[in-house]
Amino acid sequence: MRKKPFWTLALAMVFLLSMVLVACNSGGGGIKKDTGTTLIYGRGADAKKLDPIQVTDGESLKVTGMIYDTLVQYKDENTEIQPGLAEKWESSPDGKVWTFHLRKNVKFHDGTPFNADAVVFNFERWMDKNHPQHKGGEFTYYPDMFGGYKGDKDHVIKAVTKVDDYTVKFELNRPIGPFLANLAMPPFAIGSPTAIKKDPEKFNENPVGTGPFKFKEWKKNDTITLEKNPDYWDKGYPKVDKLIFKSIPDNAARFTALKSGDIDIMDGMNPSDVAQVQQDKKLQLFKQQGMNVAYLSFNMKKKPLDNPKVRQAINYAVDKKRIISNFYAGLAEPAVNPYPSFMLGYNKDVKDYEFNLDKAKQLLKEAGFEKGLKLKLYAPQDPRPYLPNGKKVAEFLKEDFKKIGIDVEIVTFEWKTYQEKVKSGEHELALYGWNGDNGDPDNFLYVLLDKNNAREKDASNISYYTSEEVHKLLVEAQSSIDQNKRVELYKKAQEIIKQDAPWVPLVHATVPIAGKAEIKGFFPHPTSTYKLHKVSVEKKN
Amino acid sequence: MFAYTVRRLLMLIPVLIGMSIITFAVVHLIPGDPAQTIAGEKATPQRVEEIRKELGLDQPLYKQYLDYVKGLLQGDLGKSLITKRPISEEIGPFLAATAELVLTSMLIAVFFGVNLGIISAWRQNSWFDYTSMVIALIGISIPVFWLGLMEQWLFAQTLDWLPSNGRMDPRIQMVPITHFYVIDTLIYGDTEVLWDVVKHLILPAVALATVPMAIIARITRSSMLEVMRSDYIRTARAKGLSEFWVVYKHTLKNAAIPVLTVIGLQLGLLLGGAVLTETIFSWPGIGRYLYTAISERDYTVVQSGILVVATMFVLINLLVDLIYAWIDPRIQYGRK
Repeated sequence: MRKKPFWTLALAMVFLLSMVLVACNSGGGGIKKDTGTTLIYGRGADAKKLDPIQVTDGESLKVTGMIYDTLVQYKDENTEIQPGLAEKWESSPDGKVWTFHLRKNVKFHDGTPFNADAVVFNFERWMDKNHPQHKGGEFTYYPDMFGGYKGDKDHVIKAVTKVDDYTVKFELNRPIGPFLANLAMPPFAIGSPTAIKKDPEKFNENPVGTGPFKFKEWKKNDTITLEKNPDYWDKGYPKVDKLIFKSIPDNAARFTALKSGDIDIMDGMNPSDVAQVQQDKKLQLFKQQGMNVAYLSFNMKKKPLDNPKVRQAINYAVDKKRIISNFYAGLAEPAVNPYPSFMLGYNKDVKDYEFNLDKAKQLLKEAGFEKGLKLKLYAPQDPRPYLPNGKKVAEFLKEDFKKIGIDVEIVTFEWKTYQEKVKSGEHELALYGWNGDNGDPDNFLYVLLDKNNAREKDASNISYYTSEEVHKLLVEAQSSIDQNKRVELYKKAQEIIKQDAPWVPLVHATVPIAGKAEIKGFFPHPTSTYKLHKVSVEKKN
Repeated sequence: MFAYTVRRLLMLIPVLIGMSIITFAVVHLIPGDPAQTIAGEKATPQRVEEIRKELGLDQPLYKQYLDYVKGLLQGDLGKSLITKRPISEEIGPFLAATAELVLTSMLIAVFFGVNLGIISAWRQNSWFDYTSMVIALIGISIPVFWLGLMEQWLFAQTLDWLPSNGRMDPRIQMVPITHFYVIDTLIYGDTEVLWDVVKHLILPAVALATVPMAIIARITRSSMLEVMRSDYIRTARAKGLSEFWVVYKHTLKNAAIPVLTVIGLQLGLLLGGAVLTETIFSWPGIGRYLYTAISERDYTVVQSGILVVATMFVLINLLVDLIYAWIDPRIQYGRK
């Protein structure tokens, strides 16, 4: 008989709990079922935050790009600039004053008007560390793209001022070539000042912009639901009533979800699934040109890699074609220059070092390494978009290097640790890469190969390539707003870089994206921020 | 019984302290710099240093630990470095998601495991016995991720009977109350959505149930066989009780202790160890929450999350021990 209370008590507890819950729920919003058309986008990870200035990860920016607008935006099919929230703009001849004329009758999702005050507020919030709403996290991309915060030595933007309700003036401390390209980046999207002031800390969970979709619901690690903004300024868009981002971490499971119709479009495919998509009539494949580069870096601070002949020799010993067919399922372009060919100022006349082991041996001999040498090759353990299998690529290189007498020891680390080691120049050889931010060559060449970025710690120029000549060209191109002049400067820089060979540029990886055959209007933009409001899909039952 | 319970509860204190030290130590010994993580890949070294100060990472370890424990005692699990939200707020939905999945799969595992075990023991050396023990062997050896992918391929993609992933149709929006979707939909009284939630539960729950089901079946069988040979069972039979009654009442009760142990252990293991299943079925549970935190170096989430899971493991084991004592009054550990 002693046993009874145990169960009675447990049952009573459960009953009580459910009563409390029902009571709590009396005013709840309950359940809403879908009506209208929906586009479900499947991806590998959830967004981190939905305040665009506070994130650097693509998954967050994919979502914020649909909630917010930027002053100017990239064209649908490339990284050229077209009007966004600003209808037109002009700059002073010296490139130090820019005037933007804003679109009228645009409203934020909370009903407040978009105007010059909103633009000034957002820029003040980003640039001024003492701004009352400079809160909620790190504003990483701002100092990164505009030389620091207000008051810093290299800060680009002197002042952002309102001329009238729909005109904003930017005064710069120095002209920068990629100014418009920077403004088009999704982190620099304009949020509702009213919503930000209300709670700058929680703004990243309750985003309010002017974009094609309004934020509706976020189930962490699961789905983010956006709803059509019926008042969107670009009339006729969005095409669907609801846009859902769904995280499905496993690549194979995500592909199954696409094939069974649970999602409409997906990124992050296993290269081996690409052939299946091409054969399946219910699916279609989109190939996104890679705004990225994977490369083998030579640490030029270390001997014998300070010797250009050694670096050139190794360049001759890398078979890019086989790397692409073995490790990228053919989905990559061999890299000749540090940035991909669709970007401004790409130099087509630069000749690549061909795969030629004899030449490689010859050069090593000239450099005095007839008897061979030993090198440590660092490779990341985790897949990167531009380098899906770093360790295997390293093993592949090791085999070919052995043939020219270079004995390679492969060293691997987990990604975060790897970054720390490589960025402080611990490596001799290292496999590394870069995903471009704004589609401007400055974002590749200056970041990865200028001597200013060859810092002791936290270097982004991990080859410690310190050519004065290249530095001069890059700085001049950076501060010029004459695009033709910039093209010439970048072409020259690419020639010198090829000759000096601080890297073996390996590939520009193509990003495969699969969708249902019913999908129309999707363009796989190289920035990975897709204009999903232009996509339509046949209604699912 | 009461004194026993109190004594067991007191014994929890040193265990919890030990666990907090271990999680703290492990997290602080992992290579990688949390300040760098927060600042982002492109931050200046000065900014990283500032953040290190803000977080108290420049303090000696013992002081950091004491601050951490002080927070824990006030119910403060710390704030996530990435989202900046209090972990105690953030962790709830993930725990509930995992608990719903794990409890469902344990129900499946226990129901099928125990019954398979009983019938196999009852009909020892019959074809049923052989078949189910072979199935159990396969069940133990099968990799969960493979089974999960096969289930998706068959039931979602080919037959289109069940959804391949997630907790409910993403097109349905629900304001969660308990974050146990089955309970929530019941509270809302929406049977259509309830059915959708149940359909989403089936595949991952079955995948997760395989291993514990197989283990439970084997343990139940061997334990039943042992008890069936004892004298009191012969007496029960001699008294003319029906065979069913003898097996399910008299034998099972005494055979239940080892089975309960296994159920308790498996339940605890699944709570933290459902990562693979959660990943394949994109189930937003605690395993994936921790996994993401580890890969992002969100060390406050890692240390508090592991502590929460470990605490639940300990509590479940405590509960199992208490149930022993309740089932078999002869068990009163440590009492002289």
